[in-house]
This record gives sequence, structure tokens and C-alpha cells, in this order.
Amino acid sequence: MNRIVKFVILDILRNKIVLFYTLILAVLSWSVFNLEDNSTKGILSLLNVILLTVPLVSVIFSCIYLYNSAEFIELMLSQPIKRTKIWFCLFIGLVFSFVLSFVIGAGLPLLVYAPFDVGLIMILVGVFITAIFVALAFLSSVFTRDKAKGIGIAIMLWLFFALLFDGMVLFLLFQFSDYPIEKLMVVLSALNPIDLSRILILMHLDVSAMMGYTGAIFKHFFGTNLAISIVFVILLLWTIVPFLISLIKFKRRDL
Amino acid sequence: MIEINNLHKQFGKLKALNGINLSLNQGECIALIGPNGCGKTTLIKSILGMVIPTKGSIKVNGFNIEKTNLYREQIGYMPQIGRYPDNMTIGQIIEMMKEIRSTKRLPDEALMNKFLLPGMLQQRMHALSGGTTQKVSASLAFLFDPAIFILDEPTAGLDPLAAETLKEKIIEEKEKGKLILITSHLLSELDDLITQIIFMQEGNVLFHLSVVELLQSTGEIKISKAISNILKNTKS
Repeated sequence: MNRIVKFVILDILRNKIVLFYTLILAVLSWSVFNLEDNSTKGILSLLNVILLTVPLVSVIFSCIYLYNSAEFIELMLSQPIKRTKIWFCLFIGLVFSFVLSFVIGAGLPLLVYAPFDVGLIMILVGVFITAIFVALAFLSSVFTRDKAKGIGIAIMLWLFFALLFDGMVLFLLFQFSDYPIEKLMVVLSALNPIDLSRILILMHLDVSAMMGYTGAIFKHFFGTNLAISIVFVILLLWTIVPFLISLIKFKRRDL
Repeated sequence: MIEINNLHKQFGKLKALNGINLSLNQGECIALIGPNGCGKTTLIKSILGMVIPTKGSIKVNGFNIEKTNLYREQIGYMPQIGRYPDNMTIGQIIEMMKEIRSTKRLPDEALMNKFLLPGMLQQRMHALSGGTTQKVSASLAFLFDPAIFILDEPTAGLDPLAAETLKEKIIEEKEKGKLILITSHLLSELDDLITQIIFMQEGNVLFHLSVVELLQSTGEIKISKAISNILKNTKS
């Protein structure tokens, strides 16, 4: 198992994209914190950047990598190795490489500039977002043999979670603005890992005081330690469930 | 060694395998032949567990292949078109396979050395010619001294010299009492190797005969002629 993971990681690191990604994250993070004199503002800017780029890069790179690994998977399958193990090793390898990039690129500056608790939550959120979108890439690549289609699905997933979902929520908010739907909003946000992460971090910054009644309800819910644990459990589910579905599918797949 | 029982495989509407029953024994060198798209590669991939059968069972050394993957330790597989991770070098691929197998036995590097691969270990897989890739595939299949060889078009793409080297190696292994399953289009190449012939057509096994039987029943000296003879007879 460890050997296969090692080969996957070496293969990914040999691909310069991951190094480039680390570098970009590092440049963005350091410059954001150096440009803003207020660390809260810095965190806010970085949050938006991270919640756009991290899912995008994770989902697309992983998806392409999986299609390109068709040969590797075939080679491994002719060896005495379980299918589930191959799939799992690929997952661990990809998640590990991207988490490493994220922690080096964005994690270090966060630890230096942000308040410790917010920085830590943000790193954890980044780690989970990475894992979730790698898992979603596994899901989209296992459902179709067509590379273009698979990558298309991956991009759609990113678009949906990063942009469309917010639009839909806003639409709901305006349509039902006369009704007390704040609690529903809390539940709805659990359906999108990106939103969930964003709210979690916003609620740990002082800006939440500016967000009116909904903000207060959110703060009331997301500010507690219990809520942090619940959020991370939901994020964990978002990682495990897509991966498990892809694993079940992969076990019965013809190569 | 390999028992195949009522094997069916369907890809969507296409029936690739249509109730295959075969029994392949030790010490035989079996040619699996038939027109393009007759299900040869599907059959081979089913044995390797790459294709999941719709119906039927395969047993290797008495173990149902759905239940275990350890039987693959006993199989050396050379694919028709070897596809390898582009970024890795020949040396890395061979190292990786050795690490993954982690057998105590010494690897059989004879074929690798005859193909002069040790001098090219630094080359990356994507830069290799088709023939060299085939040499790597062949070397990997023979590396772990397995009891069963499954060779899908082994000589396609190899230069005559390399093809001859590979044939010598196959004969050597056959004499050690191993089971060798070869698919090929070029029958003349196999004349001096094989002991049995399986002819497949449209997902069915048309016949499974030993070479001696085949030649006797048709009265021909060459295998290719004998087969075309049978085919003509079955058609008319």
C-alpha cells in the first residue's frame, strides 16, 4: 500500500503543476497579508481566493490525472493487488500532494499573520476542501470513459459549488425575504461545502457583526464549538461519500 | 490450471463472450486465435480480472478469481499495447514492479538483459518506440517467473531479432512445464511453439484441439492451412 502511494506521490510531484500551484498560493497569501495592514481584511481576501482556486485546481487536476493514470491502473490491475487498494492509493496520493501544497503555500502565511484559531480553522477548511474536490473528481471520472466529458463534469461541479449555488441561495433569499428562513439557510448551506466553509470562517471574524439578523442567527449557530465540530463532520461526509460511491463503481468497472 | 465455466460478457448491447467453456492445463502452449473482435482480448482480460464477467466463473489453480487477487502472482501478462505512466523511466517501472511484488525469489532478468534494457533504464516511457515498449512489457511478464503466461500479440511490433529472442524464451518456459496462452494473428510465427489451438468466433469457441489432432484430421502439414481448411468446411 505505502509503496503504491509513494509512487503516486512521486509521479504527481514530478509533474510541475503541483509546484506551480504551491508557488501561486504562496505568492497570493504573502502578498495579500503584506498589502492589507488589517489582518482580518487579509484573511477575507485570502478566503475568497482560496475558496475559488483550491477547489478548481484540485478537481480539475485530479480528474485529468485519473484519466492519465488509466495505464498505471491497468498495470497495477495485472498485479496481485486489490482494486479497492489501487483506487484508495490514488486518492491518498492526490489528497496528500495537494494538502501539502496548500499547507506550504497558504498555511505558512496564515499561521504567521492570522490569529491562531482562525488560521488553524482556515487551514483545516482548506485541507477538507481539497479532499472533497479530489473525491468529486474521482466521482466524475469513474462515471464516464470519455475524458472530455469527465473533465466537463468536474468543471460543472466546481461551477455549481463555487458560483451557481450562491446564486440560487440569493434567489431564494430574495423570493422568501418576507418569511423567517434564516434557519433553513443554515441547513441549505450544509449542502455546499464551499459555502459551509466560508460561513464558518466569516463567523470567526468580527465582520459577522455587520450582517444583520441573518448574520446574528448564523453567528449564534456557527460561533459555538459544537457547530465547528458539526461543520467538520459534514465536511468529512462530503469527502467520504463521493469517494465511496466512486469506489463501489470502480470495483465493477471494465478496463 | 485455468477452468472457465459458461463465461458470458456483455458490453451494453454487444455480446463479447457467449458462454465460453475451456480447460487449460499445465505444460501446454496454447494459441488463441480468431478474427478481430471475436472476444480474444475480452477473454484474456476476464482471466486477469480487468473485465468483470456478466455470468459464469473462472478458476485459476482451483481458486475462483472473483474471491481473490493473489492468483495474479502466478500470471505473467504481456498486453497487446503496453501502456505505462509517461513520466516514469524504464528503470523506475521495473523497480516499482519489483517492490510491489516483493517476492523472495530472485527476479528472472534474462529476457531483460537479452533485450539490452539495462542500458536504457534512464529513458522515459513516453519517449520509447512501440517496439521498445513491447520489450519492456515482455520483460515485465517474464520477470517474476510465474506459472502462467498470458501473452497478447507478443511479437507484434517487435523486430525479427527481438521476436526470435522472445520465442526462444517462450519455448524455454514451455519446457519448464508452464502454461502459456498466446493470442496472435500471424499463425506462421507460432508453428514451432504451440501444442494446442483455440479458435474463437463471435464470442464462441469454435474448436479447441491439440495441434497433432488438428493436423491429422485435416491431413495438412501446416497449421495455417489446416485451420483455413476447417473454416472452409464449417462454412459450406
